[in-house]
Amino acid sequence: MSKKVLSSFMWIAIAVGGASAIGGIAIHRGESINAIWFVAAAVCTYLVGYRFYSAWICARVLTLDETRATPAERFNNGRDFVPTNRWVTFGHHFAAIAGPGPLIGPTLAMQFGYLPGTLWILAGSVLGGCVQDMVILFFSTRRDGRSLGQMARDELGLIGGWAAMVGAMLIMVILIAVLGLIIVNAMKHSPWATSTLLGTIPVAMLIGIYMRGIRPGRVLEGSLIGISLLLVCVVGGGWVDRNESLRSLFDWSGESVARFVVLYGFAAATLPVWLLLAPRDYLSTFLKLGVVFMLAISILFLAPEMKMPALTQFVDGSGPIFKGTLFPFVFITIACGAVSGFHSLVASGTTPKLLSNERDIRLIGYGSMALESLVGIMAVIAACVLDPGVYFAINSPAGVVGSEAMAAVGTISSWGFPVSVEQMEMLAREVGEKTLFARTGGAPSLAVGMATIFSSTFGNSLLSLWYHFAIMFEVLFILTTLDAGTRVGRFMLQDMLKHAWKPMAKLSSYPATVISSGLFVAAWGYFLWQGVKDPLGGVNILWPLFGIANQLLAGIALSVATGIIIKMGRARFAWVTGVPLAWLAVVCTSAAWEKVLSPNPAIGFLSGAARMQQQFLAGTLPPDQAAVAPQLIIGQQIDAALALFFVFVLWVVIIEMLRMSLRFRAGKSVLPLSESAYIQTRLEPALVAPSS
Amino acid sequence: MMRHTKPVMILVKPLKSFWQFLRQVTGDDAYERYRAHHANAHEPGSLCGEAPLGRQQFFKLRQDDKWSKVSRCC
Repeated sequence: MSKKVLSSFMWIAIAVGGASAIGGIAIHRGESINAIWFVAAAVCTYLVGYRFYSAWICARVLTLDETRATPAERFNNGRDFVPTNRWVTFGHHFAAIAGPGPLIGPTLAMQFGYLPGTLWILAGSVLGGCVQDMVILFFSTRRDGRSLGQMARDELGLIGGWAAMVGAMLIMVILIAVLGLIIVNAMKHSPWATSTLLGTIPVAMLIGIYMRGIRPGRVLEGSLIGISLLLVCVVGGGWVDRNESLRSLFDWSGESVARFVVLYGFAAATLPVWLLLAPRDYLSTFLKLGVVFMLAISILFLAPEMKMPALTQFVDGSGPIFKGTLFPFVFITIACGAVSGFHSLVASGTTPKLLSNERDIRLIGYGSMALESLVGIMAVIAACVLDPGVYFAINSPAGVVGSEAMAAVGTISSWGFPVSVEQMEMLAREVGEKTLFARTGGAPSLAVGMATIFSSTFGNSLLSLWYHFAIMFEVLFILTTLDAGTRVGRFMLQDMLKHAWKPMAKLSSYPATVISSGLFVAAWGYFLWQGVKDPLGGVNILWPLFGIANQLLAGIALSVATGIIIKMGRARFAWVTGVPLAWLAVVCTSAAWEKVLSPNPAIGFLSGAARMQQQFLAGTLPPDQAAVAPQLIIGQQIDAALALFFVFVLWVVIIEMLRMSLRFRAGKSVLPLSESAYIQTRLEPALVAPSS
Repeated sequence: MMRHTKPVMILVKPLKSFWQFLRQVTGDDAYERYRAHHANAHEPGSLCGEAPLGRQQFFKLRQDDKWSKVSRCC
């Protein structure tokens, strides 16, 4: 049999296998379903998407040219522009795009059951997210590695550029606030988690000093020492937890953790990077890759059964974790893992400086996003291996199910997800917590799921250590995103403020640093505070806002890409980015519409504010809520304005793109393509045509 | 020659290339690579032959580059 026939058979087998796995998942209605089906469905989908769709896009729509020198080759300075091995670049790109998002969003979305989230992760990534990452990487590579904001300005004009800049900054504010809230819900009243986290700060600083002064740039040594010390912190946290007098020192309320996170964010943004941010990033990146790898191995080895039903009654919008119907909210809740606009900031500007040949764009752009999407599928599995009753008990806020354990299990069991107080108490004891109720945000339930999987694979007696290892890992790399985001946000703010006041432009000036960091931290701190105080748990407000913001950024990236494809004279292929763009525009707009105008006070910001106003005036609010009611009412109104603003920005960019495309079609003048001129590569002599 | 390859080498070779990959992907060998690039690009005695950066200076600049743009995602 020839190689070609064999390969056709193999691909037919993969396609049929994937289709049957997806079909099996969709039709299955039993007690439980094995997680291996999900892994099989996902891997086959990504393989088919990569082999056929990405290859077609590269060949026909983008027409990659492997003889063309990349920015890394042309500006090679051995430092930031360096042509790099494709797998090394893949590693860098994947480490940069894979954050806490694909772990948290899918976990939260499991309140609808496993089916909608899984299908959206698969379809969204293969047709949307992977495509976005790849085309933006390509366009930025053809434009000397320029950033998304610059490309928007060059290709769509000033308005588009301005919208991209403001959009990128606002998403940063909301992202950091919601990540902060997740840390708060994982650490409040958990002396073990809190003391472990506090221990990681001096560890990171020590490694920073080591890699800066003692052994400059010895990344591997430093990280190895650091990770061993982090494990000591996890064990030490357990020791603190068992010591009565020490434990009360680290038993912090949600408000105290929030205050700590804000102060910490400010410190991390103003301290030099080498001291805290950079060393901790090495540690969290190693941990992240290690944990993801371990989770994959464990799932394959253990083949756990998933106990969540395919669909729950909460598709009607009455879910406890966040309110809102399946459409549009599943598409907003799962952004990272399916389509994440934030990736376009990494794919433009950062990765092109490492790319040694255009042909690697397919692996790095499309391939890394497919891998991140697989991480999202693993989060789905980790959430669904829990008893649904336990999943809802951990994730439902006290304002929905009641703050007493008895009341909470009563409500949750009445939904048809049986759970008992004893079961929750035993689980809490086993993982070394006082209580696991109302830890909304995804991180703790994910940690329980991962700890269950790990301890079954690697030894059953260590559930508490595995749980706190998982919490430490999540909190650590959430903090990395939080610090890095605050820093970049500060730079963006300085960039905007310099138009108002010149001295703000100086990145290294101390007053400018403190003022802009303070402003930026205050912005996300405000939303974090609102989330902590919100009686419905905060995730209900902040996560949808974050989802809308992230999809808005994806909308901007896809608009820029669609505009460029049309200007390249390939309008017949504009649907490649145009269809995902249209879908995101529909999803974002309808979600924002509901979040602002829904008459249900648990969904609509305005009706939520109005109801609180009524209750406040009637004096029916509990005293702790009455004390902050006026601020919460204004807060919800600000949220409404923000959601409207997001949609406004998205439509401005889409209309700018359409206007430009129509002008182009009519033969009128438009901004020219800003692609840099062709220069032949010299890295691979075999590709260079022999000179005559 | 294949016949003379010792059995140990079958193990050593992939381990060695894995170690090189690990050093490169973590940036552990970035400075060595920079010096090699520098030596290549600026031949000694040529007019543009500026002195290469020192190890500490190199890592400082690299770190500042990395953290002044979006290099970590959600």
